[in-house]
Amino acid sequence: MDLSAINPAVLAASLMVAATPILLAAIGELVVEKSGVLNLGVEGMMITGAICGFAIAVETGSPVLGFLAAMLGGAALSLVFGFLTQVLMSNQVATGLALTLFGLGFSALIGQGYVGIKPPAMAKPDLGPLADIPVLGRILFSHDLIVYLSLGLVVAVWVFLRFTRPGLILRAVGENHDAAHALGYHVVRIRLAAIAFGGACAGLGGAYLSLIRVPQWTEGMTAGAGWIALAIVVFASWRAGRVLLGAYLFGGVAVLQLNLQAAGVAVPVELLSASPYLVTILVLVIMSADRGRAALNAPASLGRVFHASN
Amino acid sequence: MIRLEKRPQPSRIWTVATPVLAVALTMVAGGLMFAALGKDPVVAIRTIFWDPLFNEQFASYSRPQLLVKAGPLILIATGLSLGFRAGIWNIGAEGQYIMGALAGAGVALALYPLDAWFLFPLMVLAGALGGWAWAMIPAILKTRFRTNEILVSLLLVYVAEQVLAAMALGLMKNPEGGGFPGSRNLQHYPAAANTELIAGTGMHWGVAAAFIAVIAAYVMLTRHMLGFQIRLAGQSPRAARFAGVNPNALVLICLGLSGALAGLAGMFEVSGPAGRVNIGFNQGYGFTAIIVAFLGRLHPVGILLAGLLMALTYIGGELAQFMLGIPAAAIQAFQGMLLFFLLGVDVLSNYHIRLGRRRVA
Repeated sequence: MDLSAINPAVLAASLMVAATPILLAAIGELVVEKSGVLNLGVEGMMITGAICGFAIAVETGSPVLGFLAAMLGGAALSLVFGFLTQVLMSNQVATGLALTLFGLGFSALIGQGYVGIKPPAMAKPDLGPLADIPVLGRILFSHDLIVYLSLGLVVAVWVFLRFTRPGLILRAVGENHDAAHALGYHVVRIRLAAIAFGGACAGLGGAYLSLIRVPQWTEGMTAGAGWIALAIVVFASWRAGRVLLGAYLFGGVAVLQLNLQAAGVAVPVELLSASPYLVTILVLVIMSADRGRAALNAPASLGRVFHASN
Repeated sequence: MIRLEKRPQPSRIWTVATPVLAVALTMVAGGLMFAALGKDPVVAIRTIFWDPLFNEQFASYSRPQLLVKAGPLILIATGLSLGFRAGIWNIGAEGQYIMGALAGAGVALALYPLDAWFLFPLMVLAGALGGWAWAMIPAILKTRFRTNEILVSLLLVYVAEQVLAAMALGLMKNPEGGGFPGSRNLQHYPAAANTELIAGTGMHWGVAAAFIAVIAAYVMLTRHMLGFQIRLAGQSPRAARFAGVNPNALVLICLGLSGALAGLAGMFEVSGPAGRVNIGFNQGYGFTAIIVAFLGRLHPVGILLAGLLMALTYIGGELAQFMLGIPAAAIQAFQGMLLFFLLGVDVLSNYHIRLGRRRVA
């Protein structure tokens, strides 16, 4: 066992990479849940994004087009969920599950011809002297664009929900859809937009997995990342800043356990592999045990069906 | 302008008709998907839904498989439906299935080569307990800390898969297996084997258990107080509180029952058709059972039929893979699509469709 081989700066840098897919999916789901919709299909949208992005990137040779395709794929699938839950008023829990089951099968189907192929690499932005700063440069300024994009997205969502009028309307729809409807807001339209945004974010996160983090396509490669993203939204008690914290906490556990596996620590490999899931459960328990904190921020209309009576 | 008007009560006719309609719509959409894959859609649909039962060449092999595959699906879905009715979402049946299989096989492997009549009943008990215990984790977290049971039960599937890997590579590995992962084959261990009860039918103890579970669930839902409480809690949680239903007890009972049934299904599978504990022996029955539960309208008899139909798509899917080169993943997508259509057409049983312009109030 050789723990000295673990370099904290590299660890911190890879933590950010490991956290990015989940951060993207979670920030998207945050907006969806803030509008009062519980979409449990994050896993399905992520894996669909992963394969859409991978396939297009391989076919066109352009990772950027791949990421765009992933966002489109994720959003398209999420709109199936949107149509079923908002227009046909189906149960959100069951429809979300259907989305995940369908996404896993559909992605495996498309992905048949892409197993074992290496995707085109994405150029990293050259931040010049910034990247040469010892330690900090390695941690903060040596990443690809998507990592910075994900951080920007967190700030944007925070500003949107907290300081803008559309953000306020979205929250109003999530808190009390009947009142928002009575005020003349288009509840269904606003929710569909939020759902599509969440789908695009999840798709982007999935493509980050298949194009940069791994980078390869394997069936079921998201391995529960979407569910962890859902858990992080609960952990964050529906706040953008806390989503960042939760995702990076999870990224830290994921990276640390991989490093410990590589260093040959005397802990069973399976226990290390299961640790991200166990930590997520533990965090969920801690958050929900505090009755006041957990209930305070949950959107009041979360998961409820909206049907305008006239 | 099309407009929806909520029915005071779900339509009885549509409740029965919508699953059939959903299956028909899925066949059409699935046909389009197969056409997109470059296969003849009519041949593909016939290969999946007709040939396993009626083709002279394949039926002799396929028909028994129907019960083999439907058994675990029905067993798990019956348990899940109880919770779903009460608004308690156990979606980690796959994990409970694995833990039940490990517990059941563990008993057999620990007592190997004991040859006693009580070994198999002991394994059945252990299997149920294993699944029950795994389901008790989300149940107790839910009742004690109000933790979301959907997320916990699902995350525990991944943990269970790691436990399975640890067992297949470590504790339960066959000492005479030449270093390969996986346990002894329980089918070669007569006292522990879950054998066919009637030769050539695919009927094993797990299928018998599934039928018993269906009957028991039917009786419970229609005749027993607990069944009434489950239905009441799902339809109106507030009314249930006033009627003296203890929501925490309901969570423990529903999750416990569904976990135990999933564990049983895993145990019957590992000692029967699968034979041994190995990585990936779980075939996703725990997830497909969710579709079965909804397709069966959360009604025991419906689940029985839905389980048979879903088993047919598994077998037909294998046949289509073999005959037409349709990838296995297509069947998975097909099953997912079925759930989409099912949830979509549900609107017909809950709402009136009204044509005409909306009146301004």
